[in-house]
This record gives sequence, structure tokens and C-alpha cells, in this order.
Amino acid sequence: MKVKVNGVEVELEEGGSLLEAAERAGFQVPTLCHHPAVSARGSCRVCLVEEEYDGELLTACDTRAREGMSILLDTERVIEARREAVKLIFSAHPVHCEVCEVANKCRLKELAVVLGMSGREYPLQQDFRPVVDANPFLLRDLSKCISCNLCVHACQEVQGVGNYEMLGRGAHARPGTASDTHLEASVCEFCGLCASLCPVGALIEKPFLHRGAGERRVNTVCPYCGVGCSLVLRVRKNRIVGVEAGVENSVNGWSLCVKGRFGLDFVDHPDRLRKPLLRKDGELVEVEWEEALDFVASRLRDIREESGPDSIGVLSSAKATNEENYLLQKFARAVLGTNNVDHCARLCHSPTVAGLGAALGSGAMTNSISDLLRAEVILLTGSNPTVNHPVIGEFIKRAVLSGKTKLLVVDPREIPITRFAALHLRPRPGTDVAWLNGMAKVILDEGLYDEKFVRERTEGLEELRLELEDYTPERVERITGIPAGALREAARLYAGAERAAILYAMGITQHVTGTDNVMALANLALLTGNLGKEGAGINPLRGQNNVQGACDMGALPNVFPGYRRVDDPEANDRFSRAWGRELSVTPGLSVVEMIEAARKGGIKAMYVMGENPLMTDPDVGHVEEGLRSLDLLVVQDVFLTETAELAHVVLPGTCFAEKDGTFTNTERRVQRVRKAVDPPGEARDDASIIMGLAERLGYPMTYSGPAEIMEEIASLTPSYAGINYGRLEAGGLQWPCPREDHPGTPVLHVETFPRGKGRLTPVSYRPADELPDEEYPFLLTTGRLLYHYHSGSLTRRVRGLAEKVHRGWVSLHPQDAARLGLSEGDGVRVTSRRGSLLSRAHISSRMQPGVVFATFHFREENANLLTNPALDPVSKIPDLKVCAVRVERVERRDEG
Amino acid sequence: MNGNGRTKLVLGYGTCGIAAGAAAVKEALERELSAGKYDLELDIAGCMGFCFREPIVEVHYPEGRSVVYGDLTPKKVPQLLEAVSAGEVLEDWVVRRSDDPTAGEGDFLANQHRIVLRNCGNINPESIDEYIAVGGYEAARKALTTMTPEQIIDEVSRSGLRGRGGAGFPTGTKWGFARKAKGDQKYLVCNADEGDPGAFMDRSVLEGDPHAVIEGMIIAGYAIGASQGYIYCRAEYPLALKRLEKAIAACRERGFLGERIFGTDWNFDIKIKKGAGAFVCGEETALIASIEGKRGMPRPRPPFPANEGLWGKPTNINNVETLAAVPWIIANGGDKYAELGTEKSKGTKVFCLAGKVRRSGLAEVPMGYTLRQVIFDVGGGVREGKEFKAVQLGGPSGGCLPASLLDTPVDYEAITATGAIMGSGGMIVADSSTCMVDLARYFLSFTQAESCGKCVPCRLGTKRMLEILTRICEGKGEPEDLERLEILAADIKAASLCALGGTAPNPVLTTLRYFRNEYEDHIFNHKCTAGVCPALITVRINREICTGCGACAKICPVGAISGEKKEPHFIDPEVCIRCKLCLSRCPEEAIYAE
Repeated sequence: MKVKVNGVEVELEEGGSLLEAAERAGFQVPTLCHHPAVSARGSCRVCLVEEEYDGELLTACDTRAREGMSILLDTERVIEARREAVKLIFSAHPVHCEVCEVANKCRLKELAVVLGMSGREYPLQQDFRPVVDANPFLLRDLSKCISCNLCVHACQEVQGVGNYEMLGRGAHARPGTASDTHLEASVCEFCGLCASLCPVGALIEKPFLHRGAGERRVNTVCPYCGVGCSLVLRVRKNRIVGVEAGVENSVNGWSLCVKGRFGLDFVDHPDRLRKPLLRKDGELVEVEWEEALDFVASRLRDIREESGPDSIGVLSSAKATNEENYLLQKFARAVLGTNNVDHCARLCHSPTVAGLGAALGSGAMTNSISDLLRAEVILLTGSNPTVNHPVIGEFIKRAVLSGKTKLLVVDPREIPITRFAALHLRPRPGTDVAWLNGMAKVILDEGLYDEKFVRERTEGLEELRLELEDYTPERVERITGIPAGALREAARLYAGAERAAILYAMGITQHVTGTDNVMALANLALLTGNLGKEGAGINPLRGQNNVQGACDMGALPNVFPGYRRVDDPEANDRFSRAWGRELSVTPGLSVVEMIEAARKGGIKAMYVMGENPLMTDPDVGHVEEGLRSLDLLVVQDVFLTETAELAHVVLPGTCFAEKDGTFTNTERRVQRVRKAVDPPGEARDDASIIMGLAERLGYPMTYSGPAEIMEEIASLTPSYAGINYGRLEAGGLQWPCPREDHPGTPVLHVETFPRGKGRLTPVSYRPADELPDEEYPFLLTTGRLLYHYHSGSLTRRVRGLAEKVHRGWVSLHPQDAARLGLSEGDGVRVTSRRGSLLSRAHISSRMQPGVVFATFHFREENANLLTNPALDPVSKIPDLKVCAVRVERVERRDEG
Repeated sequence: MNGNGRTKLVLGYGTCGIAAGAAAVKEALERELSAGKYDLELDIAGCMGFCFREPIVEVHYPEGRSVVYGDLTPKKVPQLLEAVSAGEVLEDWVVRRSDDPTAGEGDFLANQHRIVLRNCGNINPESIDEYIAVGGYEAARKALTTMTPEQIIDEVSRSGLRGRGGAGFPTGTKWGFARKAKGDQKYLVCNADEGDPGAFMDRSVLEGDPHAVIEGMIIAGYAIGASQGYIYCRAEYPLALKRLEKAIAACRERGFLGERIFGTDWNFDIKIKKGAGAFVCGEETALIASIEGKRGMPRPRPPFPANEGLWGKPTNINNVETLAAVPWIIANGGDKYAELGTEKSKGTKVFCLAGKVRRSGLAEVPMGYTLRQVIFDVGGGVREGKEFKAVQLGGPSGGCLPASLLDTPVDYEAITATGAIMGSGGMIVADSSTCMVDLARYFLSFTQAESCGKCVPCRLGTKRMLEILTRICEGKGEPEDLERLEILAADIKAASLCALGGTAPNPVLTTLRYFRNEYEDHIFNHKCTAGVCPALITVRINREICTGCGACAKICPVGAISGEKKEPHFIDPEVCIRCKLCLSRCPEEAIYAE
């Protein structure tokens, strides 16, 4: 389509706006309410242009161009109309710029300057409103609001929350929440997007107030969950003074969640460790680095000599960079000589690595996050994305809101995203194999499977068919509580789609049947041919920012970097040669096994980098016993965590903002982390701490920096072979990226599976290890909260997050509450065979009767005091999602 | 109507009748009739148009003649029944006699040409049988069983029917767009969101002849290929909604709605969507947003609803009056309809006479009638013999025309040329006691309050204009204010997205054009000639006439009036708030405002 702009002819696609036409012709049109993050509004009327032939004034942002149009951008009428619009906006907007918090980035003020306007033409007729800021994140001053609608559309279109709508008519039209309640009482998730887009100072990011504009902007990656959102840190005087979404080449676009935008104040928290600590006479006292490192090195040497290398265990960290993980596992294997290296992936997605590895040959998310927008059906199970992966939650909501995607949720709890679901099945916790087999049976029986795909790309159909015989929907109903009809409907919905994506997380994996669960899920994708194409796949959502990378780097007891088995002679030989040491062929111990071995005396020393097993592992009473039995516990971390409090030596490390490196997000995207500020005190970056120890133990590691470490990683890890820091400057790369000219791989298994054919695996339903009985009548399941993260060591030190939610609670169904005589907020004691905790009751019909829910964010009431350390025999993941507990009402121990 | 040989009384039972007391009259009639003393039947009907004489009863005699009585009260009921039983006519109460067009207000109807209102007041709107008895659903049957959609569209095009909601877009052309639009699902929407103050023709049609609208929708749905219809009706019309629901249920029972209607393989059904009374929801894209459950806010066109409308599907939206005319056109032929009217404006248009006109009510006249004919011949001129000053045409989006333009024919183009618009057909008559500045202020306060708030010029520009008008009315106007008003008005018209903003300044612009002297009087002479604007008037007592009865002092809410008994009273201008309550109370008409 051809359009003329100020006489310049440009070519435009069908549906293109006049604004795009003007930009293409090389002209600028002033805008105010327009923002690329949301659809055009045409509200402010500042972008008016004139149609040459009929003289009509049209808004450039939201008027679709038509063939043969000719628009004029700077006629006298246009300029007058623009000025009039700005004059009118000023007539309802206080010009108190000198005291306005955002005057330096006010788009209205900027526009007035562009249009050469000054002073007030109409007397101020302002609708004064009280400033509302009873929450820690957003300050809302509607007196300044220009009713441009940006916040309304950002919240609806980008976040999928839809907390705002315009309220009132005429001059009183203002954005507001449902029933015009305060944000605090609304469904607001405090992601801050609205405030980041507000062109004036009506919505302000409160944590960044009065911190200045920032001298530098640093592009990096969020340190929280596995989504891997790009951040832009505004830095001033060695302090992060503001956070923005990194838009270009990013996973997240304009979105961030409350933790990513407002949760980084832990970086300069006074509790940060600044100097090494050494236990002397039972007390941890500050010492110099030399003394600390010498002590650790000599103790490690002694213990290795006395008890052998396998008496030492190393925990690497899913929070640390790829480079640091690579170094630490190399340290364990080449320096200490043991494969006893593991990290918290054991507690989240080890069944994925095992289960998908067995079924497909590779245990990672098969597709990309943005792919969700192309799915016809999304099957979401055992994942609470709006809380745990908020930006992925937004993608799901956006897909559903587009009208092209149906969401199928299978989750015991009525998690928030069920509001968007076409169908929600609620199995009893721990019965996943049953319903997954039931769905597979319906798909087979009703002929809904992809016959061609199954024939050409899978094996094991007949064995599977045999196994599934018993899983009639009626029997599945008896096991899971899912009505047979609903199960059939779900199977038809999933199998009926051309492109159906499976998303899952720890609700599937954290069971003694975790690996079986994953293989049963893989069966569904294999049967329906939902692999190797866009908008489909089987997609584990990884929990930590770099849990994918830590696994890729071989921070696992049985594999080297790139998932090559330590007991594979060829691989062992290759790494032995590369690292110049003969490496052990015996697979090491996993996290839970190391702790158990420590309790029994088999493990004498543990080196823990950036992990907090005393909060995050099951049955923490037992964990404490294990850690206290150690001859040497070294913790390298940024805060004195619960685990560090037990250590003999604490080494102050650095956080994401203080170093360079890479994180690999849940969709296998390797992204650059960049240093923004210097570490506090004498804290050292984790790689140099490891190198210092290696040197003292007679294995000098000399790297000029993380880029060089990445070169070594690339040389030893085929899926990372094409990745280097130079390429990463232009944005992340999704592995496998085997060559330097390879663009990365958004969708796995397009042609074939790494193991050749996909394996349909018969799996049988087994009940959880521990089920409710008369003594412990409730089933406890665990999870997380939006405002906190993992063991809380970071988020509880962020003022806003801690202010928003400072205590945990135990959720239970109203029927159970009534039976126990509990009211909202009452004190409860929850007891399992392993321990007991005191908390407060939260009564919620989102729960199933007989099931209670608790989190592990708060040390005062950590669910892991109760959880069951029984392991999945294959992946060694403990059953964190199911155990039996007793609930009693107690007098509140505090009123906090 | 009365084929069984009994005399039948038909009570006007639209909202206008009920508001005037028809419910009490109905109760009285039922009570008297239940005694069994009279051999009379009672039925109800919608508004006949004689709103100014409600409550009314039309008496249908077995021999075919009828008499309409007005201003009924429960007290008058026994006397009425006695007279009717005795075959007598109560001459003093007569509004209209079928056998004597000159009696009563007979010329009110005689000067009209009723197509849209053909059944209003004549049949019981809650009875599908009565509608069928006057030929109802024959047009739909004919259209669906004997005509192709293209033939129907041709017929409607030939009739020259134009959108009666105000914009006047040719209906046949609009249907053609929707017909040609690609899509497996299309929608037909009836816009019954009548929001103009002073317009009530849609309500009257929905209350008086709901089946005509439904029949129009069946034909339109078939013509454009929409199997689902929506009626978007404001919740402030409970009676219309009730009658529509009843009518739709009756149609489903008869198989006129639902699957395979009239024995064809065409399916069509109608849902009612209640609007929450936002004026802007009469704008078609805002209306669509509202049906979709969103806030009613307009969006730019294109895409036009014909291509991307409700839920993104091709959608055709017609007004109630337009759809009600369709069955008549199909039954009688487009040419027959086109015989009426002017070159470009065919057929008839219903006007709502309101304000200071003597006969307020519904007037359906052929296009081309002059304003004078409508207001004087049908409407009976100005009340209380006062002088005609102006008529506001087309509601708050329209304009105010002076006496010199009374010979303008009602025709889309001719009216637009005056600066007013045909709009939905409201005619609010003003006499010498109406202040034109105050009138413009009133209409602008309505559009300002009803702006959806999307576009800055409409949201804030109308507010600034309103502030200027308010200060002029308060005597605080500045000499530059008239120019300010004109600049703002031009900007709002040009820079707003939808017709609400695009027409909101019209009342101000037309009064400025035709009654500029009144504005100038307010600003320069601090005078409100019509004696309306409180800040600019003084209320005085003519001491020559005042008898000192004290009635005014008693009613004065602020104690501004004093005086000895039987002595002329006095109003303290410092205390007086110019509420003019005393004016209406004074038995001697001794009090005046100036």
C-alpha cells in the first residue's frame, strides 16, 4: 500500500498506522499517550495529522493508513490542534514541576517544550485527589493523572491482570480499580509496569524515589527465577538507583515482575558479608582472606588425605553464573578428585533431566517462552506461573486473551491463573501418573493420537497400550478425584489441538514418582506429535535464574559439562586430558545423599557455594544434624544464611550485580550478566575465591576473566560450542549452538531426538511415600509466594517485599478450618513425623479439603521442618510435595 | 379490534401514560368493570402520541368508530363508563373522534403520516396475536420465503430509507456492506440506546409495537446473513425491555425466531443486552464494546463494524425506528415508501415534540414538511400562546434554530445546512421565557458529563466551554469569551474521534450564530432578557397589584419577602436567591423577574 506523508511516498503493510507511515518517511510526530508496549489509544490527540484531500484531522497512532492517502504533518490546523490539546491537558494538570518527583522524565513537559508552549492558557481546574501510597511499591497521585489510558492498557494487554479501567465520565474520567478500591485492596501484583509507562507523575515507582536518575545504565539479567528477564540497572555512585525492563532482544519485552523490578535492594543491604569469617572458640570472627583461604585449603587437604576425596561434598549454585559453576565442579573433580558435586536442581528438576533424558534424550525445555503465543492449547500442570514465573504467566494470559489459545490447568489448588483456564482438573496431590495415564488412554482409545508421528518418530506404543489398560477414566477418578468426564474432555482438548504445549514445574517433579510423572507427561506429547514444532513441546519451567546453566555446566554428581556421564570412559578420558588430572569414574552423591552421609560420617567436609540447604532441603531437622556432624563446613555466600551460621568458615562472595558472566534461562537461552556495582567491603567474586583455593591445593587455575572461562566451556561442551562473549553482546543464544555461525535453537527435536526415536514409556501409578492416616490426617503440599523467593535470604532483605509479606501462613480449606475451629489468622501448629511448626491459618476455598499448604520462605515456619526426605529412586528427588501432617489450633505466639 | 360486538376501552399504557397516572386509572377501570355492571372490554396499548393528554383511553365501538378521551383520573372513571355504556360522548374530554377529525385535538393525528408508528396505540403490544391480526410477520414471511437477500437489500435501497439514529446513512447500502463482508458469523444489532434528552420515539416504538422492530430485525438478519441479533437497550427503559422480552418469547413459541424460521432453513435469534445508560454507547463502536462487556468507548473506523464489529465479526447496526420501518417497506414496496419525502430524504420521520410546545408527543410526518408544519400544525404551536423563540433539533448534539428558519424542510441536508442536525428527531421548543445561553449551557453540561473521557478535546475542552458558559450565565463573562468559545468549539469538533465530541459544541455554535445578542446582553449589559439566569435578574413585586396576601412570604425559602398584612410586600434583593417560587405562588401575578 502506498501512502504519502508530507509529499513523500512510502510503502506500508496493510493495517499499518499513519504514525508508522510518518516514521517510515523519516518524520517525527509528537505523541503522549502512545507507547510501543501497548496498542495505540488515540486519546491525547497530540499526534493529529491532516488528511490532505478531505481536510480531516486524524490521530496518527491509531488510524490505519488507506491506499492512496496523503497526510500532512505540520499544517497550521494540525499545529493549532496539537497545542490546543496540550493546553487542555495542562488545564487539568498541576504545573508544579519544580517539586514533581518525575519532572526530569515527564513526557508532558517535554511535549510542551517541543511545541514551544509556556504558561497556562486556561485556569487550572483540577480534580484534587489524595495521594495514595499505603503500599511499598507504587505511589498514585491522581491529581496529576492526564487520563491517557496507558496504565489501563498496560495492565490489561501486557500483564493480563486488568486491574485498571477508566472510571467515571466526562472531565472526571480517571483510571481506577474495580470499585475504585486502593491498589492495596485490589488484584494489583505490583509489577510496576504502569508506573514505568506513566508519562507524568501520576504513578511513581516508589522504591526509586529521590535516588536520582543514574549515571550509567547496565544491561543484565534478573537474579530471581528461571525466566531470565533482561534488566536495565540505573547506577549512580556505586548504587542501583532504578530498574527498568530490558526491552531489546529480551525474553520479557516491557514486562517485569515485582521481584525483578522492586526486589534488588538486597544488593546493598547492610547484612551483606564484607569480610571472611572463621570460627574461633565457637564464634565466627572476621579474618583476612589469606587466613581464611589457607585454613580452608589445609583442612580440605587434610580431610582428603585422611578420608579420601569422596569424603568431601561440594554444593554448587543455581544462583551463580555458568562460569562459576563450571569452575566449582572442575574444582571438585580435578582438584579435590570427587564427583560429589550437586546443587539444588536435585530438588527441582532432576526428574526432568532423568525422565526427559530417557524419553527424548535431552532434559530441557523443548520450546521457547514466546512460543506460548502460538499454542492452541496450553496444558499447565504442577506450576503456579503467576507466582513463580510471573512473566511466563503473562505470556500464558496474553495467549488466552488473544482468543487463540485455550488453557488447561491440572493442579490440586485453584491457583490464580485458573481464572483464564478453559478447564481446571483438581487431582489429589501425588496422583499424577494416574491422570496422565488416563489421558493417554483416552487419546489412544478415541484414536486422537498422531498416527504418523507415533509410527515414524516413537517406539514402545504396544507396551504403553498394555500398561494403560487399567487406567479407565472411571478408575482414574477413584484414584485422583478428577471426574471421568472432565478427564475425557481434557484429553480431547489437548489432543485435538494442532499445537499443544505442556508446561510443568515442581508440582510434577517433587514426588517419589517424579521421574515417572515426567515420563508420563512425555508420553502425551509423543502420542500427539507435539514435539519438534512451534507452539508445542514439553516445557519444564526451571526455578532458579541459572539452574539450567548449573546443570549444563555439570554441577551434577553423575555428569560432566554437556551431560556426559562420568562413568563413560570416552567422556572421562576427554575431560581428564583437558583438565590434566585423572578424574573419578564413580558417580558422586546427590544433595540429600551427601547430607545423609554427613550424618552417618561418610562425608567429613562440605563446601557450599550460594546454597542454603538448611532451609530448602526436606526434613531440615535432619539436615541440621548432618551439617553439625561435619569436620569442615565452608559456606561461600552473600549473606550469613541459616546454613552459614553453622559453618566453620564463611567466605563473602558476590551477587549478580557485582560480576560479569552468563546465566542460562529456562528456555536454554544463554545471556550476559554484567557488572554494575563494586562488591561491598572485601567480598570477592566467586570465581576468584575458587581459583585462590585451587592454587593453594596445587592446581592453579588462571583465567583472565569469565570470557576466557566461557571459551573453555565452549571447547568442552558441544551445545555451547558456538557461544562466546562477542556473540552474546547482540543478545542471548539458545543452545544447542554448535558453531559460531549457528543462530541457536528455539525448538528442539525438529528432525530427530538425541536418542533417535522418542520412547513411549509405560509407567505405573504408585501412591506417595507417606499418606494421611488417623494420626496425621492432613496432606501437606508446599509452594511459594509471589513476593518471596526460595529461602527468603534475598527477598526478606528487600524492604518493600518484606513489608508486603513479612510472615508465612498455612492455607487450608474452609471445611477443615470449621472442623478445627479455626478462624483466619488463628495460630496453628502443624506437625509431621519429622517436626513441627507454628504458623497462622489462612482459610481459602482455593484449597482442597484435607490438604494444607505451606511455604519454605520463612525460617520461623519453614515447611521443610515437616517434609518427607523419601527419594525418587531414579532422580533422587525428595517428595517435597506430599507428606502427612496433623493441624492443631494454638494461641497466637505473637501479633506480628 | 373489537370483532366480538362489544365496546372496548383501550388504555394508553406506555411510560408516558403510566407517568401521568395510567396505572391508577387502570386499577379504577378494572375495579369498576369487575363489578359486572358494564358489558365492556378493557385492553392496553402503547403510546398513541398524545402524550400531552395522558392518561388517555380510546373507546372502540362495535360499529367501527372510536373516541379518544384524555386527562383521565380514577375519579373520572365511573362517569366515563356510564357515558360509554349509554353510548354518549363526553364532548369536553374528547381528544379525538374518528368520525370528526376537527373535534378535540384531531388535527394532531390528521397532519401526520404514520408508518413507523402505524400500530402504536392501536394494538396491545404484549399480544403477538394482535400484531399478527394487523398483518404482522407477513413481511418477514414474504421476505424469507419469496425473496433473496439481494432482492431485500434492493427493495430497501429503492425505498431510500436512511438511518434514523441520526447519521442518515442509506440503510440499503449499509446492509449491502454487511452482506458482502466475509465471515462465517455475522451479527445484527438494534441500537435502542436512545440517550438524547427530549427524544423518546424509540422507547415509544419498543413499548407500543415491539414486534415491528423484531420483524424488521428478522428481515435485516436474513438480508445480511446474520443469524444472531442483539437489541442493545438502555436499562432505564424497563417497560420497553419487559415488552421486548415478552415479544421475543412469543416469537420463539411461534417459530418466528429460532431455528428454521417460517419453515425455511434460516436460523435467527435475538438476545437483549441492557446498557447502563451511557449516552456514548449510542455510538456504534462504543455500543459494540459495551456488548462485549468492555467499557463503552469509541474506536476509530475503519475498520467499520460491517467488516470488524462485534467480537471482530461483520456487524450491522440499525436504529429502532429504521428497523420498524422495514416491514412496512417490504410489505408495501420500496417505491411506495419513496413516494413520500424529498429528493434525498425519503419516507417519514418521527419527531418528539417537547419543551414549550402545546402538544408534546410523537409526530410522524413525511420528510420535507417544514419545521413550522411540525411545530404548529401538528404540535399546535407554543404553550400559553407565548411567542415562539427557537427549536432545538437533534438533542444535545443538534442545534438551536430561530423563528426565521421555521420554513426549513425536515430533510437531512437542509437541516445540516442550518448548523443543526436531524439527529434522532428531538424537537425541543423554546419560547420567550427560555434563555438561549442557559439552554446551550444545559446541553453542553449533558454532553460534558457523558463524554467517555477518551479524547482530550471532548473530555476537557467541553469542560472548559462549560465553565465559560457558566460564568457568562453568572454575569462574569469576559468580552473575549465568545471568541474563546468559538476556538474551543472548532477544536473539539475537528479533533475528537466520535460524533459525541464532533457535535457537542453544536448547541453553543448555533445559539452563538442565531442568538448572539443574548450572549452579548449577558456579558456586556449583565442582563438575561428571558429572566432566567439567577445572577442577572431581580425579582420584584408590583406594588400596584400586590394585595398583601402574604402567600409569597410564606413560600420564600430564605425569608426575603416582608410586608404588613394587606399591604404591598417587598423583596429584599440582598437576601433573594431568585428561585422564583413566589412567582408561581402569587394569585395576583404581581411578582415578576427582570
